[in-house]
Amino acid sequence: MSTYIETIESPAEQSVDLAQNVWKRFRRHRGAIAGGVIFTVLALMCILAPLSPYDPEKSNLPEKFQPPSAAHWLGTDALGRDLFTRILYGGRISLSVGGIAVSISLLIGVPVGALAGYYGRGLDSLLMRITDAFLSLPSFLVLILLAAILREVELPFFQRNNVFTISFVIGILSWMTFARLVRAAFLTLRELDYVSAARALGSSDGRIIVGHILPNGIGVVIVEATLQLGYAIIQEAGLSFLSFGIQQPTPSWGNLISAAQDHFIKYPWLAIFPGLMIFLSIISVNYIGDGLRDAFDPYKVLERVGEYT
Amino acid sequence: MTSYIARRLVQTIGLLFLLSILLFALVNIAPGGPLSAYGGRRIRPERVEILKRQFGLDQPLPLQYIYWLAGNDWLQIDSDGDGIAEQSGTRKGILRGDFGFSYRTREPVLHEIGLRLPNTVTLMGITMLTAILIAIPLGIYSALKQYSIFDFLATTFSFAGQAIPEFWLGLLLILIFYAWLKNPWTGEPLLPPGGMSSLDSGFSLSDRLAHLVLPVLTGALGWIAWYSRFLRSSLLEILPLNYLRSARARGLSERRVVFHHALRNALIPIVTLVALDLPYIFTGAVLIESIFAWPGMGRLYYQAAVERDYPLLMAVLIIGAGFIILCNLIADILYAYLDPRVRYE
Repeated sequence: MSTYIETIESPAEQSVDLAQNVWKRFRRHRGAIAGGVIFTVLALMCILAPLSPYDPEKSNLPEKFQPPSAAHWLGTDALGRDLFTRILYGGRISLSVGGIAVSISLLIGVPVGALAGYYGRGLDSLLMRITDAFLSLPSFLVLILLAAILREVELPFFQRNNVFTISFVIGILSWMTFARLVRAAFLTLRELDYVSAARALGSSDGRIIVGHILPNGIGVVIVEATLQLGYAIIQEAGLSFLSFGIQQPTPSWGNLISAAQDHFIKYPWLAIFPGLMIFLSIISVNYIGDGLRDAFDPYKVLERVGEYT
Repeated sequence: MTSYIARRLVQTIGLLFLLSILLFALVNIAPGGPLSAYGGRRIRPERVEILKRQFGLDQPLPLQYIYWLAGNDWLQIDSDGDGIAEQSGTRKGILRGDFGFSYRTREPVLHEIGLRLPNTVTLMGITMLTAILIAIPLGIYSALKQYSIFDFLATTFSFAGQAIPEFWLGLLLILIFYAWLKNPWTGEPLLPPGGMSSLDSGFSLSDRLAHLVLPVLTGALGWIAWYSRFLRSSLLEILPLNYLRSARARGLSERRVVFHHALRNALIPIVTLVALDLPYIFTGAVLIESIFAWPGMGRLYYQAAVERDYPLLMAVLIIGAGFIILCNLIADILYAYLDPRVRYE
């Protein structure tokens, strides 16, 4: 009798166990731990950017194009601004764009997938056709188009391609994977006995979706969100490199490289360092994602452990 | 299978229709309207009025959409605004292959695309071929020697290859092969930093190839990383399977087991992956083409976006989306053809 009761744990208890297990497995993935450490250090450095004695936007022409030195760790740019300071402030922008963009795609993709998977039928095919339509777009080209249009307009929240605008356009073009993953999870989970039990006990649809099914499909969503974070950072960088993204003088990793384009043959550090930051943050995020994937997929870890012992 | 393909084709048409509405709406709600950036030229307000009528821009949006889709050559248009329709419409609509005129050059959009497409197909085709030729041996060897030093390096490389922003990689390669490394005999830079060919000389194959090296390397790296990693894991899933064990038990050489029996199955997902990437051969790579000043589709699109040349942007997006949908279909059909276990009803 007691076994039956034990299987119906409240979602809160379940999630504590899940988090502990995931963390236990995640710790075994050396790449993921290294990625986590590097990413944390990068993010902390960017958060602490105001500690720098230099102004990220004010030009200081007498000191332009200085090579890396004790005063200017990564040298100075064409307007004499300290590159290290600009990279840190740029990191705040680039990482925020990544974070906000992923949040926006989660906010669209998860409900779309949940509704389609839970209710099925007409709603499912309608939502999935829309998802297909978005998936058939050449996304980087549409991103350029949207950013080019929004660059010219003055709307509340969307002024001159600020962080929110760029995050928004990246987000609304990348929610489809979330929708598909969540839908797939719902299609399997909604048939399980514990869902029927919850329904028999009188739970509302909303409660079943949010409280009972979603927590069990959260693993794939978290893994995908990490990978999407790297993807969003690279999209912002590409967009800003083409000058459709974050506008000067506000620095972002992408527009720092873009600005370096005219001088990088003579002053290579201007292009090398911002790109290195993008590279480091994306590779560390990808390793974290890989570790999380293994952590949420116990079978794979068992295999791995078997191999190593 | 035939009925499956037929049904998918019908769905495809529906999807393209949906997309065309989406894109049309997007471009037309853009503030300022399509004429606000008419080639960056200043035009008199009266002239704008006439142009608007000629393009049908004075009509409500749903009607404009129909003109854009199916043309307006069956209608009489009042172009001077005196209330009397005196000339017939000139647009044939995208369904009949009329994508309109580029605002920038005033040439038909398809003509503009035709000029750039061969350059992009050359660049992206060679890039993709290079990527496949490197990724396949890399993936196989990495899987066969799982957990060896080589595998470790290859896996790390593939993580790195997927994390490098391609425009940064392009700049680094220019730095190394143009600015730093010199040809030891002539003292000239080892490789050209951009363009398709040197201006002064006539056609020379070696010159063309030299111009291809850096953009191809830049574009191929991400694909090599992605394909090789995929092939590695797909081989690793197959290698322990029973049918291979029985092949070995029958006395087949390991070489034959891997290359004839395992590889065939392991390559199936790669084939579909490549099929899904084929649309890039049409749309090109905006970032690579703009770094290396390659006169292809990507740069054309970029310039059109800067000058908000809407007819051109729309044409590239619609045709690009068409390619994506078509390649998705091809990928699914190939998958069923190559893997008899997959059946579509």
